[in-house]
Amino acid sequence: MSTFAFDVSHFLSGTILLLSFAMLYQDRLPPLLNIFIAQSLVLALSITWQAYTQNEPQLLITAGLELCVKVVLIPFVLYTLIRRLKIHRTVETVVGIGPSMIAGMALVGLSMALILREHPAIGGTAREDLAFALSVLLLGLLMMVTRRNAVSQVIGFMAIENSLVLAATGAKGMPFVVETCVAFSALVALIVIGVFLFRIRERFDSVDVSILDHFRGEQP
Amino acid sequence: MSALLNPAGAILLVPLLAGVILAFIKNYRIASWINLAAASLTLLAALRLLVWRPVGLGSLLAVDDFNIVFLVLNAIVGFTTTVFAKDYLAHEMSSGHLKPWHIRFFHPLYQILMGAMNLAYLTSIAGLMWVQIEIATLITILMVGIPRTHESLEAAWKYFILGSVGISLALFGTILVYSVAQPVVGDGLPAMAFTTLVANAAKFDPDMLNLAFVFILLGYGTKAGLFPLHAWLPDAYAEGPTPVSAILSGLLLNLGIYAILRFKMVLTANPLAMAPGPLLMTLGLVSVIFAALMLYRRSDLKRFFAYSSIEHAGIIAFAFGLGGPLANFAGLLHMAMHSLVKSGTFFAVGNVMRLKGTQKMAAIRGLTNSHPALGWVFVAAVVAIAGLPPFGLFTAEFLVLTAAFQQQPLLAAVLVLGLVISLGGLFWRLNPMAFGEPSPNAEDRHGPLWPIAINLGLVLLFGIFIPGPVALWFQHVAKLLG
Repeated sequence: MSTFAFDVSHFLSGTILLLSFAMLYQDRLPPLLNIFIAQSLVLALSITWQAYTQNEPQLLITAGLELCVKVVLIPFVLYTLIRRLKIHRTVETVVGIGPSMIAGMALVGLSMALILREHPAIGGTAREDLAFALSVLLLGLLMMVTRRNAVSQVIGFMAIENSLVLAATGAKGMPFVVETCVAFSALVALIVIGVFLFRIRERFDSVDVSILDHFRGEQP
Repeated sequence: MSALLNPAGAILLVPLLAGVILAFIKNYRIASWINLAAASLTLLAALRLLVWRPVGLGSLLAVDDFNIVFLVLNAIVGFTTTVFAKDYLAHEMSSGHLKPWHIRFFHPLYQILMGAMNLAYLTSIAGLMWVQIEIATLITILMVGIPRTHESLEAAWKYFILGSVGISLALFGTILVYSVAQPVVGDGLPAMAFTTLVANAAKFDPDMLNLAFVFILLGYGTKAGLFPLHAWLPDAYAEGPTPVSAILSGLLLNLGIYAILRFKMVLTANPLAMAPGPLLMTLGLVSVIFAALMLYRRSDLKRFFAYSSIEHAGIIAFAFGLGGPLANFAGLLHMAMHSLVKSGTFFAVGNVMRLKGTQKMAAIRGLTNSHPALGWVFVAAVVAIAGLPPFGLFTAEFLVLTAAFQQQPLLAAVLVLGLVISLGGLFWRLNPMAFGEPSPNAEDRHGPLWPIAINLGLVLLFGIFIPGPVALWFQHVAKLLG
């Protein structure tokens, strides 16, 4: 693989990671969703680039699916949801922005340390992509942990899915089955989530998940 | 048509076709009969697999000694659960707890869930197995939310968040395994097939393989409910409909452990990679002790048995972590026995809840006096779960302990402590529920007991004697697991 192809692939993966950090410090829902769209868009670009450099045209289908589902369909539904629910405009963070950024940096350091050691056994862009993907995955987890709002937890979960697609497309010649199914599962997840969000709203008059804690079965 | 006549094809296609047909059937009575018919056909096909094993299923599917145990188990428990669910749902509908639109999609989801689990066992491709486990997870999330109460919605949401995070970690682990296999095996399907992975594991990069296994263990361990990944489990078991609790504890728990074992075989085939044993043993022992202690503070009947499932998942993980033919044999036997006993117990719990109209243990008193048949079946189920003779779980736990005292006497002592604590917890709670002055009933009649009798009867049979061919077969699989 030429250095140029390598650099472009790195640049795109790096941008995805950067956008993950941007998601961490967003404290309102609409901008958070915008950044998620941007991340999915860059991911679609990155998949297209992989399709070109690996000479695997079927990856273009994955890119197309990403584009349709995560750049158009899901954000549209979530925007509608945010508007219809009239969700208050601030995202409640459990941990402050500063500590969560520092935690995020620590997680990225961890994933680089785990994967970017000398592993000649894994060739191509796979190794770097895996490192980036693991970072994005851990940041998505961090976001799910630090947010209380159901919608931002969902966005955190979809960021995790983005990281998985990044890893799967970076691995050369990975059977196509998995990729379609990741995209498919995103769609199914959306249906599940959508249904739950509506019902949570219906039952609790809020999408703040912490309110659910009152209904724990543990209390006598 | 020929695919339907092949038992391996039938256990996949029957649930799928039934699921599609059921999606169009509005009347729940008709739907429950079709559901029962499909479960019976699947059971017949699975039993046929025992005597006649198909070969040459293509590159995606394979029946081997390991997965056949679970396919048969899946079909048996799937069948008895269907019988129980038929009665349970009919009662919940007539008593007004559930409305027709609540369970409109119960039957199609149930069949697709069974099909997905069967395919997860049957496939030899790691990626396809993951997809099926993901489908099973999504379906059970929807099923837990069926009652539409505050509690069931919270349980489903918690299960959704933790379950999908777990399943993401498992996929990342699977991708890592592919990326270490790809330079050695080459592109495409072979680098995802368990047989080629095990055959070539010695040439894989050990560090990356270790990392992959950690992700797999955390990911699929969430499904199995190992501590500290168990947080969703008691809620989902307690708040979902009882047939779903039976499926979650009887079948999905096994699937999680099965997936971990498949990857453990790859890891053990590489001499330079870390030994997965200590990791599994630690998670297992911590789960046993934690769950045993938690048994004492429960007030809810289903939550009580949910913690008992965590304990048993811990024992199973410990057995496989210990390794060696004896411990692996015990682990396999334990998985099979626990699956039968725990689903049977949840059927009994469903009937008890129907009689008393509550799942609070304090309101359930003197069952053997008011309803001797159900009462004694319930007692038998708890005795079986506690791992006492003459039931099969005793054999399994005894073998685990024998192996543990041979290999790791100190850890065996900890396991004994956990088992004793949980035994105390189980009987401390069972005593007032089963004996003494009966508490008032909400209703006089309970559902049929024969599905419980089938499950417990099989466990009793295995407790008294393990049929020769079955024992040989388990021994063979135990060797495969290393």
